[in-house]
Amino acid sequence: MNSAVSFFYFLSFLTILSAVMVVVSRNPIHSVLYLILTFFTLSGHYILLNAQFLAAVNIIVYAGAIMVLFLFVIMFLNMKQDQEEAKTNLTKIAATIVGGTVFVILFGAYRKTAIEPFNPQTYDSQIGMIESLGHMLFRDYLLPFELASILLLVAMVGAVLLGKREIGERHF
Amino acid sequence: MDLVEFLVKTVTIVAVFGLTLLIAMYSTWAERKVAGFIQDRSGPNRAGWGGLLQPLADAGKMFFKEDFIPALANKWLFIAGPSLAMLTALLASAVIPFGSTFRIAGHEVALQGVESNIGILYVFGVVALGVYGIMVGGWASNNKFSLLGAIRAASQNISYEVAMGLSLIAILMMSSSLSLGEIVAQQHGMNWNIFYQPLGFIIFITCSFAECNRVPFDLPECETELVGGYHTEYGSMKLGFYLFAEYINMFISSAIISVLYFGGYNYPGMDFVYAQLVKSFGPDTGHNIATLIGTAVFFGKALFFVFFYMWVRWTIPRFRYDQLMNLGWKKLIPLAIFNIIITGAAVLFLKPVITAWLN
Repeated sequence: MNSAVSFFYFLSFLTILSAVMVVVSRNPIHSVLYLILTFFTLSGHYILLNAQFLAAVNIIVYAGAIMVLFLFVIMFLNMKQDQEEAKTNLTKIAATIVGGTVFVILFGAYRKTAIEPFNPQTYDSQIGMIESLGHMLFRDYLLPFELASILLLVAMVGAVLLGKREIGERHF
Repeated sequence: MDLVEFLVKTVTIVAVFGLTLLIAMYSTWAERKVAGFIQDRSGPNRAGWGGLLQPLADAGKMFFKEDFIPALANKWLFIAGPSLAMLTALLASAVIPFGSTFRIAGHEVALQGVESNIGILYVFGVVALGVYGIMVGGWASNNKFSLLGAIRAASQNISYEVAMGLSLIAILMMSSSLSLGEIVAQQHGMNWNIFYQPLGFIIFITCSFAECNRVPFDLPECETELVGGYHTEYGSMKLGFYLFAEYINMFISSAIISVLYFGGYNYPGMDFVYAQLVKSFGPDTGHNIATLIGTAVFFGKALFFVFFYMWVRWTIPRFRYDQLMNLGWKKLIPLAIFNIIITGAAVLFLKPVITAWLN
């Protein structure tokens, strides 16, 4: 087994372990920190696939910005020591059924999809680099890219409008 | 990668690591000396000549103090906080080009930990992670003032990261490369980005003050409002790590500023010096000596910005929190977007005209 493959297995083990810990940990702060670890290991997978741009953006956007906001909210909610609210048996059973169904659907979809086998002759190892990504986005997928940016702009304007103070509202 | 290259890289990384720590250590001494000079007093002058052994004395004191963890604190996260702060502070130096190349036994090795084609994004990602050390430590202390300090630090860092990223985009549009080595190489021959991007530089340096939690943006540890901020409950070396991480961040951001805007290891007349050195020492030794001079110039630039941080700290009073947020969101971000538009227009329309006129 060469070093890349053994590193892949180690990384996968770490990913699955931290993902499981997100669900299992009782303290929400620990859950968030394990989720951040999961993002890091996923970035490791991207680097193994030679997709460095995706790895860096994954860290910046998810680990650097979104998870900080998660941590924010949870820290404010959780000022006291964790009071575990009692979960009824009904919720537990419902959660198990829903989770199991999602797993079965995903597994079925995975079985059905035909993933092309890896072909070393036609495979371009530079495909994940930022240059080829930029060419792809701005040449072949320009319209979807612009539509997505308009969507984000609309969401941003909406957020600003929601956060705006109305006339006559109390000034803090 | 063969053995020679590997050895040079290893030596570079270890030397950079050691130098970062050493510079951070003596920044604490320099900070007090600069403060003493600005406030017309002598500063530390008891330990060693001119107080030069003061950092060692401080470190000794920090190490031998009682390692105290509050009873209601979350023990693991309380320890993880300062460790994360140190870790993220030290990570960023991996992609900084400290000099041009070394020629050893027919190999040409760049004086840089990792040459990566996403260098600047890596730095940006590591900077974005710097929040966690503060937030985790502040929350784990189980103290309202610590938590408020941590929240302030995090919201400040997130807000200023936006403007920082936008000011970087203008640089990237000009260099059309994300690799720091490439950006420095393009500034050869006094083509320093500061001449093309003065507005971007001002935005960037303001944001880096805010990212390092330095005065005038040191709201997270504002004593008059928050006792001691996120490290209220910390003592001994754990507090030392937090303070040390701040100085490392200062040095790293100074290095980044000199790479992005002040030409890194380039200096005026370097081609002449290079030719003279090659003529008198031969191609290999001459090249290596020229590289070393470039590295010294690079450190000189970086240390000047470290001094600039200290100068500002003892000159400008602290902002109020709403002023800080207004500056970040309502002034710096529109300015940065304006800068991007101007840069884009100049690259598209002005550059061809000037190039045609010069030829």
